[in-house]
Amino acid sequence: MEYARAFLCGGALCAIGQLLIDKTGLTPARILTGYVVAGVFLTAVGVYGPLVDWGGAGATVPLLGFGYALANGVRTAVSEKGWLGVLTGGLSATAGGIAAAACFALLTALLFRAGDKRL
Amino acid sequence: MEKRIGTSTTRLAHPPAVLSFAAVGGHMEGKGPLRDFFDELSEDNLWGQKTWEQGESEMQRRVLRKALEKAGLQPAELDCVFAGDLLNQCIGSSFSLRDSGIPFFGIYGACSTMGEGLSLAAMLVDGGYANRAAAMTSSHFCTAERQYRMPVPYGSQRTPTAQWTATAAGCCILGKEGDGPYITHVTTGKIVDQGITDPNNMGAAMAAAAYDTLAALFRDTGTGPSDYDLIVTGDLGRLGHDIVCELFARDGIDVTGNHDDCGLLLFDRKQQDMHCGGSGCGCSAGVLNGYLLRGMREKRWNRLLFAPTGALLSPTSSLQGESIPGICHAVVISNTREVK
Repeated sequence: MEYARAFLCGGALCAIGQLLIDKTGLTPARILTGYVVAGVFLTAVGVYGPLVDWGGAGATVPLLGFGYALANGVRTAVSEKGWLGVLTGGLSATAGGIAAAACFALLTALLFRAGDKRL
Repeated sequence: MEKRIGTSTTRLAHPPAVLSFAAVGGHMEGKGPLRDFFDELSEDNLWGQKTWEQGESEMQRRVLRKALEKAGLQPAELDCVFAGDLLNQCIGSSFSLRDSGIPFFGIYGACSTMGEGLSLAAMLVDGGYANRAAAMTSSHFCTAERQYRMPVPYGSQRTPTAQWTATAAGCCILGKEGDGPYITHVTTGKIVDQGITDPNNMGAAMAAAAYDTLAALFRDTGTGPSDYDLIVTGDLGRLGHDIVCELFARDGIDVTGNHDDCGLLLFDRKQQDMHCGGSGCGCSAGVLNGYLLRGMREKRWNRLLFAPTGALLSPTSSLQGESIPGICHAVVISNTREVK
């Protein structure tokens, strides 16, 4: 059942992104950064936490989830270290994701050649 | 005879002849409606090279070689070549001609480069400054994505108004004498900026420039759309093409009857999911130096107005919030030397 919820949650968030591309003049870059900021905002107002509880990876994998991790990381770090936490909290919380992206990108570049776009 | 007529047009006194032409294309072009009009097609967009940029230079090398072969010429018999492309510092062209030994004029007109090169080559030959001159250009989907947007491996989504940069190169060799077709008029475009800032919507940005140049050509020569068998713009795509028709309609001129666009001709938009159509220097060059010139030699069309358009932006200018300036270079190609 949790797979179905993750599928619906993640799918809905991706569908919104696609609608933004098709119907608005927003560039893909703006949509991506908008999603991160939206994640931070929705976490701050207490909406995103419950969505993560319900949707699991369907809420944490899309970029709003990155904003969620950033926001929670800052909150935790501030409570532990005070104001310094504003700077350290976000990166600490997302360090795993960022390092994974860099490692897998390097590995992929070493093992494979960049392909052309095929439709 | 006065060569400069009107505000922007040069009427060539002894219209130079097209000695030969050649076009090469990549894998999407090979699946498109004009695939039979390319001299060479490749499934491999690297063209056997290590990088896409080197692949683009290889396309230019091959298309030049083919055009020379068809004209029965050696590279040394070309007095000069005008070439340019979309890459930083036009390295696609300079590296392709590095070992050719041909005197080289590097030019930049973005997607209007084929029109610009043909204009300059024609004027040089007509003026007696060159016996044989070539105009060449190329574009490549992957190098253009890296140049203007994000590298292909980034995997970004294309918007509905996006155009597909053609992976293609075209070359046209002009000479003083030949069986034709002939370049009779050249109208040099001026830069027109509509204030459009969205780089995903370049067709709309360039449409005003196309209208400006074509209107100047009609005015200067005292002709109208019906004096030409076909009027072809570079790569305005669906949206840009409609805008041009609308702008002319406001003047009471109907261009819808014989007006087409290389970006719409090169690909089957529905089958190939091209969104707004093709673009890039190679789009108009590939369509001209295969489909259009061959059609003229077969007398399908006798008088062609070739007007590719270019968007003169850079990634930096976009990031700085600048709008997109457009330009259109028009060339009249006719099966007879008779000049109006």
